[in-house]
Amino acid sequence: MEYHIKPQKKLAFNFKEVWDYRELFFFFTWRDIKIKYKQTALGVVWVVLQPLIFMSIFVAFFGNFVKTHTSSSLPYPLFVLGGLLLWNVFSNGLSNASNSMITNANIIKKIYFPRLILPVTGIIVPFFDFFISLLLFASACIYFDFIPSWHLFYALPIALSIVLITTLGLGLLISSLSVKFRDFKYIVPFLIQILLFLTPVIYPSKLIPFGWLNKLLELNPIGAAIEILRAGLTADSIQLIHHSPAILLSIALLFIGGSYFKSTEHYFADLA
Amino acid sequence: MKPLLEIKEISKSYKLLHEQQSYLSLRDILSKPSQFFKKNSTEVFNALDSVSFEVMQGESIGIIGKNGAGKSTLLKILSKITPPTSGTITSRGRIASLLEVGTGFHPELSGRENIFLNGSILGMKRKEILAKFDEIVDFSSVEKFLDTPLKHYSSGMQLRLAFAVAAFLEPEILIIDEVLAVGDAEFQRKCINKMDSITHHEGRTILIVSHNMSVLKKLCSRAIMLQKGKVLMNADANTVIDTYLKQSIEDNPRIKKGNSKITVNDIEIFDQSHNRITSFHTFDSVNFVLNCTASQDFDKVSIALCFNNMDEVRISSLWSKLTNQLFDIKAGPFKVHFNIPCIQLIPGEYNLVTYIDSNGYELEQVENFKLITVSFKPGNGYITEPGKSQALYLENFNMKIID
Repeated sequence: MEYHIKPQKKLAFNFKEVWDYRELFFFFTWRDIKIKYKQTALGVVWVVLQPLIFMSIFVAFFGNFVKTHTSSSLPYPLFVLGGLLLWNVFSNGLSNASNSMITNANIIKKIYFPRLILPVTGIIVPFFDFFISLLLFASACIYFDFIPSWHLFYALPIALSIVLITTLGLGLLISSLSVKFRDFKYIVPFLIQILLFLTPVIYPSKLIPFGWLNKLLELNPIGAAIEILRAGLTADSIQLIHHSPAILLSIALLFIGGSYFKSTEHYFADLA
Repeated sequence: MKPLLEIKEISKSYKLLHEQQSYLSLRDILSKPSQFFKKNSTEVFNALDSVSFEVMQGESIGIIGKNGAGKSTLLKILSKITPPTSGTITSRGRIASLLEVGTGFHPELSGRENIFLNGSILGMKRKEILAKFDEIVDFSSVEKFLDTPLKHYSSGMQLRLAFAVAAFLEPEILIIDEVLAVGDAEFQRKCINKMDSITHHEGRTILIVSHNMSVLKKLCSRAIMLQKGKVLMNADANTVIDTYLKQSIEDNPRIKKGNSKITVNDIEIFDQSHNRITSFHTFDSVNFVLNCTASQDFDKVSIALCFNNMDEVRISSLWSKLTNQLFDIKAGPFKVHFNIPCIQLIPGEYNLVTYIDSNGYELEQVENFKLITVSFKPGNGYITEPGKSQALYLENFNMKIID
């Protein structure tokens, strides 16, 4: 084995190296999951409790209003819950990934490993939460006597992939930017709050009154993912063509985030 | 055989940002909008400047130098944490670096969990950790608290656990930064012995940065001295370390304590035939003459001349009080003669220390008074082993063999 340490220039990710470090990736993920609920009395129950409470609040306040404006066969609580679960993957994933370089600065400065592991770990953790919350979703379906259509089997993977790609792209971009500009510590929570209003999580996109705004919001990949999931639940046709601009945007984000991350990662240890 | 590590003209420069003003207020920007875009002045700082050396399989190399010489930057580049600005390093083995003990330790996780996390961060495979788990626990001696969260550990226990994990790393090349000084005296000895066996018995290649010169002498075969980012010296460990210590002692001014009512102005050294000398041989007859000045009369004065080795350890003291000699001194200059018929210092460099008191009340103590060099007389049949460890030979002993 022979290798060289030189000034860094190349842009391509060394995926073989990431693969060699798969165990570290596993241990970081395991650490984050383990720590998240350490010393909490309710532990993993928190994963289902948060969306459950959110759902109840939204149902109580907007339930009747939305019901009169949608013709969907999907009961409103399930409509909200489905959106919330995907939204949580995005919002928790983005905030974890964005902060990952800062929270692990002490490790970055003392040891080498592919830095890519850290933001990806940040995204994997809420992804696990999502699978636990699916149990909540299944119970809710039983409670409201709703049987999802079989289309869900491909709608869910498509929706999740869009969310993951978007979160990873934005997460990589912001995590590398935040090494240099700590402003992102304040920007990210703010951004997530604003995006919650601009994403059809608690309302159907049809409710937006302005045509031009609607056109713009259709570019939102998370919105697209949520609508694909809902269509899969009710056996409505999944309009991938309609959502293709949003899907392309999410892929573009991954490309931009990935290349910016790659071009700056060597200097994280000097700046963090 | 090709060297395991080839370091070729490695340089690393940092841009230092000089912020012109402590902060820029909104009012400043409104009154002079150009200020906002004004570049802060920058200066390039070369932490490493064209460093080159080679490391062969099985060598243990100490890297020494003052603070800011570039030691840690070199280790950071070798461990790929930061890339060099120019130059290349060719490595023919797996490098593991230990720039800090317990990197990534998490206070909420138990000792057991932290062993796995830290081991994995240091580059061990899960299988390796499992295989060595018992040894690691045994070495750290924290088995009783293995399932307690780390935050309840004492800092000493945390350090022991951290070092234990690191001690079982088995890369071809191990890079260590000033982490030997952990734990209590007993644990330190354990660590140093472990390091010793890694370097001498297992034949692993090691690069160590440390300020503990006696440990480096024990562990290293070769040493590299860095100064202001450049390699100043690259030779066998004892030679480099002694040069470094000599230099740092020469750079250090004499450290004076006391009120200097009696002060030693100078120390002269004479041989048997009263010729003034600057160095001498082991077992020579030597006279030390201290030229002193007393500012007033003193009674019951005792005077000491001591020898420190390069590790700042006191080797010997010639103290008049121990021979029950107390003097009455009149104001003015006076000379003190110390005659040593057979000086038993092992070859090496020593530092003179003087001490004067009156009625048990300290008047003056001077550290780093003067550096002296002792060597073997050429051609007397002894094997010259300069600077291995400076100490005293004892000659007054009897030896018998009893069946």
